[in-house]
Amino acid sequence: MGKRIGMEVGIAAAEAVGLCNIDVAAVYPITPQSHIAEHLSDIVHDGRIDAEFITVESEHSSISACAGASATGARVYTATSSQGLMYMHEVLPIVSAMRLPVVMGNANRAIAGPLNIWNDHSDIMNQRDCGWIVMHAENGQEVIDMTIQSFKIAEHADVMLPTVVNMDGFQLTHMIEPLEFPTQAEVNKFLPDRVPYATLHPDKPVSMGCFNMPEIFTETMKVKDSVLINSKKTIIKIWNEWGKQFGRNYKPVETYKTKGAETLILTVGSMGETASVAVDELKKAGKSVGLVKLRLWRPFPLEELRAAIKGCKTLIVMDRSVTFGGIGGPVATEIKSLIFHDKDRPRIVNYLMGLGGRDVTVEDFITMVERAAKKKDETYEFYGVRE
Amino acid sequence: MKQKKWPEAWQEVTPGCMVFEPGSASLYKTGSWRAQRPIWDNKKCIKCGICYIFCPEACVSEKEEGFFAANLDYCKGCGICAHECWPQAIVMMEEEV
Amino acid sequence: MIEIRWHGRGGQGAVTSVELLALAAIEEGKYAQGFPAFGPERRGAPVMAYNRVSEKPIKIRSGIYKPDVVVVLDPSLVGLVNVTDGLKPDGLLIINTSKPAETLREQLKYKGKLATVDATHIAREELGVPIANTTMLGAVMKATKVLKLESLNEPLEERFGKIANKNKNALKRAYNDVKLAK
Repeated sequence: MGKRIGMEVGIAAAEAVGLCNIDVAAVYPITPQSHIAEHLSDIVHDGRIDAEFITVESEHSSISACAGASATGARVYTATSSQGLMYMHEVLPIVSAMRLPVVMGNANRAIAGPLNIWNDHSDIMNQRDCGWIVMHAENGQEVIDMTIQSFKIAEHADVMLPTVVNMDGFQLTHMIEPLEFPTQAEVNKFLPDRVPYATLHPDKPVSMGCFNMPEIFTETMKVKDSVLINSKKTIIKIWNEWGKQFGRNYKPVETYKTKGAETLILTVGSMGETASVAVDELKKAGKSVGLVKLRLWRPFPLEELRAAIKGCKTLIVMDRSVTFGGIGGPVATEIKSLIFHDKDRPRIVNYLMGLGGRDVTVEDFITMVERAAKKKDETYEFYGVRE
Repeated sequence: MKQKKWPEAWQEVTPGCMVFEPGSASLYKTGSWRAQRPIWDNKKCIKCGICYIFCPEACVSEKEEGFFAANLDYCKGCGICAHECWPQAIVMMEEEV
Repeated sequence: MIEIRWHGRGGQGAVTSVELLALAAIEEGKYAQGFPAFGPERRGAPVMAYNRVSEKPIKIRSGIYKPDVVVVLDPSLVGLVNVTDGLKPDGLLIINTSKPAETLREQLKYKGKLATVDATHIAREELGVPIANTTMLGAVMKATKVLKLESLNEPLEERFGKIANKNKNALKRAYNDVKLAK
């Protein structure tokens, strides 16, 4: 293991990419972005890695350039955030349908409108059905680890899917904190060269991105769904390999003090750490509370989630984005549908919170838990909204 | 290996729907789209090849003695060759006739 | 755990200060966070930045509302923003100022712990510019004893290269000059 150092997490993400022997990075570093693209361009410019850094004219182009580069067999990275991700949207399902591994770092920020550049999850939740592997980091160390893991996952022969590593904008991307980097030799040992399924090369012709008539589109969609669901096996396998080599273990769903807990808080991303402090304090006060952290959003870890929440009476789902005109936040909506048929399903309390940079403190989590105990129904609530 | 027109089951769909047989688009005979066909008058033809260059289907090719003709398996009858032919050696004729 | 809030103006290096302090703490084997008040960067506008330093891993990822220490980088901010907002009753306020402590106490209606240093004057003499961010780090080290002064050497060298020594000198002067008011 390399030395423990202090570094801004956005810069650390770029440094992690620098360890992964990438061939191509295509980015459009307009605000709202993070320091990832800026620092990665420094790494390439300084000759620390031998990669092509393509500056494109928009995010629509950056993801398209990534797709093209990936089709040639290259190892590819891009980074974006918020509106940039929205502008990529049209191309995202194409990349996954073409089975092109691309790794993306996304600094989670609110989408306009109204214009707001601060953290929430509305950017990535809007990409839910694009067929990508979607994971969320909880802290800076996870950003480094998951970035490196993602290349191995995305490029694995049983997966071949684009993968996005989400890190909360500002809350993580602009935070200086202690981090440990694996050495280059350790990364080389963990991450093999990409062995592409097919490449665009005149010696071996192949057509990619073929048109689908109604006679085959349904079958193709079935494949897209199955491949993403099946990727979970490989993701877990690769996370286990990481755990063995580096001693830091990753699971699709993490639990914290959940044993016997009547009430569970469920979080996604960096708020999990703050929530864990609230759980400690509530436990000290004699409350039966635990914490479940969803690391893998797509493929949705059905079995792991079921096991994690089994036996609890109340599940408090923290959603950092809104499904407008729906029935609460996207995470709660999915969990409700997951456990709909279960006999002893918990009551679900859903808070829409931490929107557009609204801070969520330890005290907020405690208040939400206390309020949840008094709630009778399962409706959702905009936590902290002024009335 | 000759590919099937459609995979029979979803399990047979290749990753990313990739097609490994080069030129397999030729299995699709677009000539069925044609309502008019181009007819060359070789007396007017100066063998400039502009019809060959402009044919969007790339179905016009050079024949004996340097004259040109369309492969009717693929010619869609768009008429671009006739439009571009400046000695006016190509006319579009109704298919029914 | 100690929580510090820095007040500065955009471009005066408050974020650099929290970065250097966090890096030095991590260098010492401690756990630390350094982060700006999140948002767009606006030169000259009153800004804030934060530090957490702890012996144990830091889990809290929210802002700091009840700081143990408040550092004011720019004297002109005293009348402009509520620098003592949320400061703990036994907290410490460190101000870059040329005014006597009593005047500040009166101005702020503040009775708690107060440390002052004329960091702008020191920065002008040592660095040739009235940017007091690194200079104030010296005052913070002395007044809070949160870290060893030497721990800042490597982060300063990494950050400032050739002019690291000038910054170190300024920092040391502020370390020696800072006065805890009665």
